Amino acid sequence: MALKKTSPTDEFIKGLWRDNPVFIQVLGMCPALAVSNTAINALAMGAATTFVLVMAGLSVSLMRNFIPREARIVSYICIIATFVTCVDYAIMAISIELHRALGAFIALIVVNCLILGRSEAFASKNNPGRAILDGLGMGVGFTFALFFIGVVREILGSGTLFGVELFPEGFQTWTIFVLPSGGFFAMAGWLLVVNWIRQRQDDAAKQAEETAREAAS
Amino acid sequence: MNEQGYWSIFLDAALINNFVLAYFLGICPFFGVSAKLETATRMGGAATFVMLVASTCAYVINMILEAINAPYLQIISYILVIASTVQLVEMLLRKLSPATFRALGIFLPLITTNCAIFGLALFQTNKGYGFTQAITYALGAGAGFALALVLMAGVREKLDLADVPQLVKGTAAALIVAGVLSMGFMGFAGLGR
Repeated sequence: MALKKTSPTDEFIKGLWRDNPVFIQVLGMCPALAVSNTAINALAMGAATTFVLVMAGLSVSLMRNFIPREARIVSYICIIATFVTCVDYAIMAISIELHRALGAFIALIVVNCLILGRSEAFASKNNPGRAILDGLGMGVGFTFALFFIGVVREILGSGTLFGVELFPEGFQTWTIFVLPSGGFFAMAGWLLVVNWIRQRQDDAAKQAEETAREAAS
Repeated sequence: MNEQGYWSIFLDAALINNFVLAYFLGICPFFGVSAKLETATRMGGAATFVMLVASTCAYVINMILEAINAPYLQIISYILVIASTVQLVEMLLRKLSPATFRALGIFLPLITTNCAIFGLALFQTNKGYGFTQAITYALGAGAGFALALVLMAGVREKLDLADVPQLVKGTAAALIVAGVLSMGFMGFAGLGR
């Protein structure tokens, strides 16, 4: 198993920006769009997904030498489904209101391509410590992305943030942002911002390279 | 038992609460396979087919789970049974009808663990549909999925020729188109009730 030598902190950091699951890899879009209509829903969904990511990563990594190659996808799905069931019942116990707001989307974490993707691409090839860090990084990156989308949708769509009124009386809320199509627009907006920043970084790197080459010649 | 009529179930799943544009289910294939009109049509057909299979499975499993009083096994048993049944049907199809298999085959493994399929199974259980109602619901959801995919593919084929800024190309453009489509589908909201 040839591994790139990366520092443990790097496994964590990469999920936040360079390989951000939602904005860069465009994985796990369904929950990112569906439950991001308020900031608090987005955070809860992010936390639930992070938990499943970390636990599934840990289990897959611990069992990576026992799972036969042919049956690996099925085994991963079983592991993930187990933890999703835990989360589902835990949320129901903590806050029935939140459970109602998130609805079937908690159960749908099981088919979030992000989790299966990380299990297959990372946890099955690395030791448990790294798998946890990777899961944590990806989970936090996912939560961030959801939170950003959620904040935009809540502020514009209902004029509140975490349920607190932000605007004076006369503010006309953009109801469209609470509705499904607003999710697409908020996500598209953030993608544009991310693309723009990345393009600027690329250009800056290219420019620095050129000046270095000119100085050398 | 839910008393909703068949026609209203079908319309509800296909248009009013379209799986892709209102519930955001099946977004991955929606963006991945919607670049060409032909693949989009075939993908829609395959998804409808898998939905019918999944809906039948979910109905049977739910009966069993209720009988043995084990609702906490719902998630794990749904996903396993649906995935393996689709595999089985795929093998049968290859044997019995090679033509259909060639048309739908490559998409079947792709959509087995798609959130639209799994979501369908969960929603029909939550709504308490009977068997024929569940089948109608699956047909409607499949039709809605295919419709969204075909509409999207049509727009994206035209978009290829348009002069789009470099920054917006790709996923961002697809998302904006999806947002506009979703806005259009909001117009169907009045059909319900």
